[in-house]
This record gives sequence, structure tokens and C-alpha cells, in this order.
Amino acid sequence: MAMMRALPGSFRIALLLLVLLAALPFFGSAYGMRLGTIACMYAIMAVSWNVIGGFAGYPSFATAAFFGSGAYCGGILLGKGWPILAALGAAGLLAFVSALLFGIVLLRLRGHYFAIASLAVAEVLRELTNAAADLTGGGMGLNIPLAVKGSGSVLGEASFFFWAMWALLMTAFVSVRLIQTSKLGFGLACIKQNESAADMIGVNATLYKSLAFAFSGVFVAMAGVLYAAWVHYIEPGDVFDVLFAVKPIVMALLGGVGSPAGAVLGAFAFLGIEELVWRNYLQIHSGVLGFLVVVLLLFLPNGLMSMSQALRARFAGKAAG
Amino acid sequence: MPELLQLDAVTRRFGGLQAVQNVTLNVGQGEILGLIGPNGAGKTTLVNVITGVHRASSGRVQFEGRDITPLKPYQTARIGIARTFQIVQPFPDLTVLENVSAAALFSQAGMRQSVAREFAAAQLEFVGLAQMADKPAFSLTLAMRKRLELAKALAMKPRLLFLDEVNAGLNSTEVDHAMVLIREVAARGVTVVLIEHLMKVVMTVCHRVVVLQNGALIADGTPKEVVNDPQVIGAYLGKKYAQLGNAAAAPAAEAP
Repeated sequence: MAMMRALPGSFRIALLLLVLLAALPFFGSAYGMRLGTIACMYAIMAVSWNVIGGFAGYPSFATAAFFGSGAYCGGILLGKGWPILAALGAAGLLAFVSALLFGIVLLRLRGHYFAIASLAVAEVLRELTNAAADLTGGGMGLNIPLAVKGSGSVLGEASFFFWAMWALLMTAFVSVRLIQTSKLGFGLACIKQNESAADMIGVNATLYKSLAFAFSGVFVAMAGVLYAAWVHYIEPGDVFDVLFAVKPIVMALLGGVGSPAGAVLGAFAFLGIEELVWRNYLQIHSGVLGFLVVVLLLFLPNGLMSMSQALRARFAGKAAG
Repeated sequence: MPELLQLDAVTRRFGGLQAVQNVTLNVGQGEILGLIGPNGAGKTTLVNVITGVHRASSGRVQFEGRDITPLKPYQTARIGIARTFQIVQPFPDLTVLENVSAAALFSQAGMRQSVAREFAAAQLEFVGLAQMADKPAFSLTLAMRKRLELAKALAMKPRLLFLDEVNAGLNSTEVDHAMVLIREVAARGVTVVLIEHLMKVVMTVCHRVVVLQNGALIADGTPKEVVNDPQVIGAYLGKKYAQLGNAAAAPAAEAP
């Protein structure tokens, strides 16, 4: 917990930066806003992953499953003419309830076994989506009507989705922070460190882990709805992409596992690096990106958040010496 | 003495192995009961069955007159059964105070985090770890970890407390200190079941001793009666030694 309760200072700084980010549409180009929306989306995934992966210590690869099912749930409901807020609520609720139920089964597995099982969920859902062509359009994909009417311009719609994704990130960020300091967060920290000892002091581990899994899914599913409404066309291979499961983990590791502020930082840093590398090394960008991530993790095993502590210690040392 | 815990023909099998065989045992309110037996006798398995880590293959466990056989560990923890582990099980990266707070918080319904912390601090004071409260648990010495285990168990406000070899690996000063603590805990009205190899502790602290061998109870009586029981001596030192006579065998039974 000493490590888990990441410095409240860093939380405040991250919150301030996020608030400033909201001004992006007033300065940004269409490209800047697109990047900002994706950054918020990834940050939602990384912050959410922290609940199950960082707090409870269960390496979940189910983020892609939550995202994909959220996108399809949203896409289908928007297609039926639901308002976007209702679609968001429905997708979030669906993700929460099904994650709770799936969690009771999946979270009996530990470590690598859980990781593989959670990875399989997305694959199963992808196949199901492919097969249920009447509802989802199958491999042909799904067209989604304009969700916000009257926004008029392309730029207006872009800023709407940026702000929507930003607001969702703020909600996720604050919720996850609240979970961290709550009884649930404390119980998850116990489970992470010694699950059988946690059982012995009265922690209902099955319930707590399932709740963590559910909370790690709800905001991701809602992000899926916004994504679907934003891009107007989704297909199974796109939204159930395994990269949506892997990237949030890399981002959380990059920022510092178990810290919501670190996850946001990690997501923004990762996206920044990815964008730079992609622009400059088009042919070999995945190789360079992978190399950079490995180097960063080797030299900063506790993530970017540990850098601030190291710097602080150095300054304190200089002041004293 | 009213019965707090009643075991009725409890058996636990692991495949072909009967780790606990047909154990019938009552533990009275306020008792300090010694549970002894050679290594592998099934002492810890018996505790695991009572606390719900393993479910009894057959038989029944009753606590305060209520059937608790099917309960899970987190449920037995909430009805007033606590235990310490033979191999200490702290949450290593949490502070000492957080370790104990967790025990207070999750074992009591409706407990608030702030109240749990205060109660935890009092338990640390009691076991003499107050000055370590803000240190991470992994930094404690073995003797301190054993005391942390005790503080965690006490924070659960148990009515029945299993102490699984809390003295193993401690030096004699530390053992004396632990014995004082155990007596004080019992004086608070907590019923204690002591799983112990150190006969010094068993002989001085326990009101009654039961002996387990190959999963079955072979003796039940006062400490004096039990160490002079030829069957018990046989269990520890072999049948031939038991036949040599009680006078020679009783002190030798102190060897674990």
C-alpha cells in the first residue's frame, strides 16, 4: 500500500494537466484533435486496466473484449436510433454485469493461466460477432449513423468526440482513484500480495476480484461506444484487435503499475512515442517502437512515476549536501 | 465449560491419504488447548478444515452450536475464528499498521477504515510492535513477523484463535515473551488452540492437550497425563522406547 497509494501530489498534477487538455479544441487542428481523442481513449484503457492488473495483480488481456463489445453494443443501439447517452449507459452496464459473471469463472485462474483465458474472451467475442451477421453485419462491418446531429462541421463533430472522450477519461480517472482509496482498493492490495492470507482475514476474494474485473471493463466499453460513434464504421477485426489488449498493459507499465496518474502519463507518453516513430520510421516502426518500449522498461522498471521520486530524492540530497 | 467448537467425526482425504481421520473433539469456552503430534500428523490440516481452507470429506464442524462445515475461509474469519500461519503470511509491501488494519477492516461487518486503523494500532501496542507501525512488513525480523501474525489475528476480535507454531524459530527470550502474550490473550476471554512442538510452552501454558498421530487423535488429557501416555511416547520416539518406562521417557518427549 505504501507503494500503491501513489503520491497524491502526482494525482493532483495529472488532474491539472487533464483539465488543461480540455482546451485542445480551441488550439488544435483536426489532426491534433484526432490525436487527443485517441490519447484519451488509450488513457481510459490504461487507467481501467490498472484496477484489475495493477491493484489486484491479475494480468488481464480482456481490454480488447470490453472495447469491442462496447463498440458493437453502441453501434447496434445507435443504429436503432438510441441517443448516445443511453447507448453509453447500456454498454457500460452490459460490460459491468457480464464482467462480474465472467470474473467469477475466469478469476479462479491465476497468473499466466488467467492472462491466456482473458485473451481468449476477445477471440471468442470476435468470432461470435463475425457469426451473428444479422445483428452485427458480420465480416462486412457495421455502419453507424451520425450520433450528434446539428454539429454541422467536421471540426465541430471532432471537438464533440474529443470532449466526450475527455469527459469519460476524467470520470474513469477519478473513479479509479476513488476505488484505490476505498475498502475495495485496500482489499485488492491484500489479494495482490497474498491471496490466501487475504481470505484468512475475511476478504471475499472472489467478489472483490470480480468487482475489479467489472470496473476494469465498464469505462473501456463506454469508450468503445464513443469510438464507434466517432468513426462511423466498425468491423470485428478492428475493434477486437489484440493490440487493444496489449497496449494498455504496456502503457500502465510505462507509467508505473498501480498508479492512475502513471497510467494516464504512460498512455500519453506511449502514444507520443508511437506517433513520432511512425512518422520517422514508416517501414520499421513496430520494430523501433518495440525496441524503445523494452529499453524504457529495462531502465525504468517501475515506470515513469518512479522518475519523479528519483528526481525528488536527488534534489533533496543536493539540498542536504 | 460450554462448548465453543465441536468436531464430529471429521475426516479429510487427499486422494488415498487420510490426513485427518475421524477426529471427534470439543473445545470449551476459555480453554487453552494444546494440539501436538509429530510432523505430518495432520495438525495444520485439521486447522485448515476448521477454518474452511479444506472442506471436510466427511463429518461436521460446529462453532457456537452452528454448523460451519461448508463455510469458506473468509466466512469463518468473519464469525470469530482467527489463525496465525506456521509459515508467516504478511502482506509484504503493506506497512505493519496496514497489515493489521486490513485484518480489522475485513473481518468485521460495517467497520470503517479509520476505526480499523485505531484498533490495529492498539493491537500493535499489545504485541510490542508499535514502533514498527510504518515500516513495510517485509523489513521485519522473523520474531517480529510472528508477533505481526498475532496482532493480525487479534485485530479480527476472535473468539477462537489457532496459533500454529508461533514459537518455531524463536530464541528462548522471544519464546518467554510469546508465552506471556498467549496468556494475556487467553485472559481476555479468547479461546486458544496452540499447535506447538516446544514442550516447555505446552506444559506451562495449556490446560489440556490432545495428540494427533497419522491424522487420528491418540490422547486427550492434562499436559502431565499426556506426556506420560505410552501411546504418545511411542508416537514420538518409537514403540520400543515407550516400553522402557515412563520415568525415562517423559523428559525425552521434549524433543520435537
